[in-house]
Formats: sequence, structure tokens, C-alpha cells
Amino acid sequence: MAKKKTKGLTLHFIPFIEIARLSSVERIKKLLKIILDNKVIILQGKLRPEEETRLIEDTMVMIGNIKGFKGVELAVISGNDQQKSIFDKLRFGLAKVLAGQQDAITIIGPASIVKEMKKDPKKLEVMLR
Amino acid sequence: MVIKILKNFTKRIFGAIFKRRKEISLGFYGPPNAGKTSLANRICKDWTGEDIGKVSKVPHETRSVQFKEEVEIKYKEKTLKFKLIDTPGIATKIDYEDFMKMKLKKKQAQKRAKEATQGIIEAIQWLDDMDAVIVVIDATENPYSQVNITIVGNLVARKIPVLVIANKVDLKRADIKKVEAAFPEYEVVGISAKYGKNMDEFYESVFKLAKKV
Repeated sequence: MAKKKTKGLTLHFIPFIEIARLSSVERIKKLLKIILDNKVIILQGKLRPEEETRLIEDTMVMIGNIKGFKGVELAVISGNDQQKSIFDKLRFGLAKVLAGQQDAITIIGPASIVKEMKKDPKKLEVMLR
Repeated sequence: MVIKILKNFTKRIFGAIFKRRKEISLGFYGPPNAGKTSLANRICKDWTGEDIGKVSKVPHETRSVQFKEEVEIKYKEKTLKFKLIDTPGIATKIDYEDFMKMKLKKKQAQKRAKEATQGIIEAIQWLDDMDAVIVVIDATENPYSQVNITIVGNLVARKIPVLVIANKVDLKRADIKKVEAAFPEYEVVGISAKYGKNMDEFYESVFKLAKKV
């Protein structure tokens, strides 16, 4: 009986504290370095909107310059603000200002490994190649 | 003589500022193949009789920013002047092999992919030049895609007024309620840019959006 070849997938967890003190450029650089290593990142927290666009811009530059690199798949899951009471919103807002938005999880993977990420508000399906 | 020169100078300066304020830079953003160019074309056809760009079923047909200036739109006896700015679809990945599956030859596909990556960078860089933005979403696709959220998040961070359009409502699979659920803080207008469905409501919302500029 022929043995089935199994392929591994590496998940790289980054706690928010690891990127909290980095500048936006350093954050993106760190994330892209791990992605180029063919690992899927699970990041505690989320990037700022301008960092997300910066990530897309840098990814586009890399597609043209790094052989075999096709880009990234990205998804963010976070708590639903609408269900929070005013008190909770204030509490979480203050925590966000002091410690960054940590009530979210960002998943970023290389498009050569992650085919698609299908997100619904509370569910995320990661389709692999 | 000096007074006349000063008068002309101030008239030119204030005139230029006033003129600039009168023309609203209205951007069309969204993922590839959502119908941004179809909508921009529909508006241009309605008010100028001309197209802004080519449309295609193959994604990333628009690979550089294209615009049409001095487009006057009339609604309920009011007229506003817009500069319509159609941008390339924003994506997080580009694979030339995907274009080959759509019957493009390898060299053509690679060229298209390269241009598409440059177009995405250009679209992002144009964000700061917008007075207001229409985010076009394909109502038959999942609205929770991170690209949509990233675009809206960036517009909010830049304090640029946003109108969300759920396009392709002529198709059975279209689900406007899902788009509304994904963007509860925004007005969502369902249209079919291809067939010109619900354009009256669209223009009404564009005028409401212009008030926020």
C-alpha cells in the first residue's frame, strides 16, 4: 500500500506585546519576514488601518520582486462592539488607548499556502491549497 | 492701478479656492470585479454621454487610476460638480496563473499581474486625495472580506465620508441584507450598475454624501 504524503502547516503565534513597541514599518517587516518563511501568523490584536494598507502595498512590491510569492491572505476576527453596553464600550475604549486593541485576532498567511479565508462575523474558514 | 492688480489677484485666489471646493473628488473603491468602473461609466454616461474606462469579466481590468473632471450631476433641481476617480480593485494577492485560467497567454498574464500590483499601490496612494468615497461591493460575494473592511477602516481614519454600494442586485445570489449587516454604521444602497437599476436612490445618496464633505 502506497504511503500518503502528508504536508505540514506551521502556525506562528505573535502575542501583541511582541509588536506593541514596534513602529509601523517594523511591524510590517516582522510579519512579512515570517510569511516569507511560509508560516501562517496568528497575531493577538490587530493592525491599524493604515498599517493594513501598508502591508498590502509592501506585499504588492514583493510580488513583483520575489519569485513564487503571490501575496497574502488576511482576516481579522474581533468582538462585536454593538453588543457591548455603554460602560463596556468605555472600558474597552480606555483599554484600547492604553494597551492597543487586543480583543481581536489577525490571521495572515502566504497566498501560496492559504487559498482563501471565508469570514462571517463569528466564524473563519481557512481554505488551504 | 495697484488696487486693480490687488483686486484681480484676490479674485483669482478666492476664485480658485471656491472652484476647487465646488468640484468634489469622488472616488470609487472596492475589490476587483465589484463593478467600480461599471458604476463610474453609468454615471458618466448619464451626465456626460461618455465612458470613463473599459470593463471586463477578467479581474483587474482597471490597472491605473482614471478620472473624469467636471461631471455635473443634477438631482431635484440641485446641481453638483464632481471629479469622478475610478481606482483599480484592491486585493491582497495577485497570481498571474489565475489570469491564464481565463485564457490569457503566459506573457500577457504576467504583464497584467505586474500592472495590477502597481495599480493597487496607486489606488492606496490616491486615498488622501478623495473628498468622498463610494465603496463598491459585489452583493453576490461575502461582504466580510478583509479588503472591504480595510478600505472602510482607512476612510474612517482619514475622516472621508463613505457610501457603501451593494452592486449586482440584478443577480439572484445578491444579498443586500448581508452587506447591510457587515456595515451597520453606513447607508447601503443596492443597485445594478450594469442595468441602471435603482440609480435614483443612488443619486439621492450621493447628494447626501456630498453634504458631509
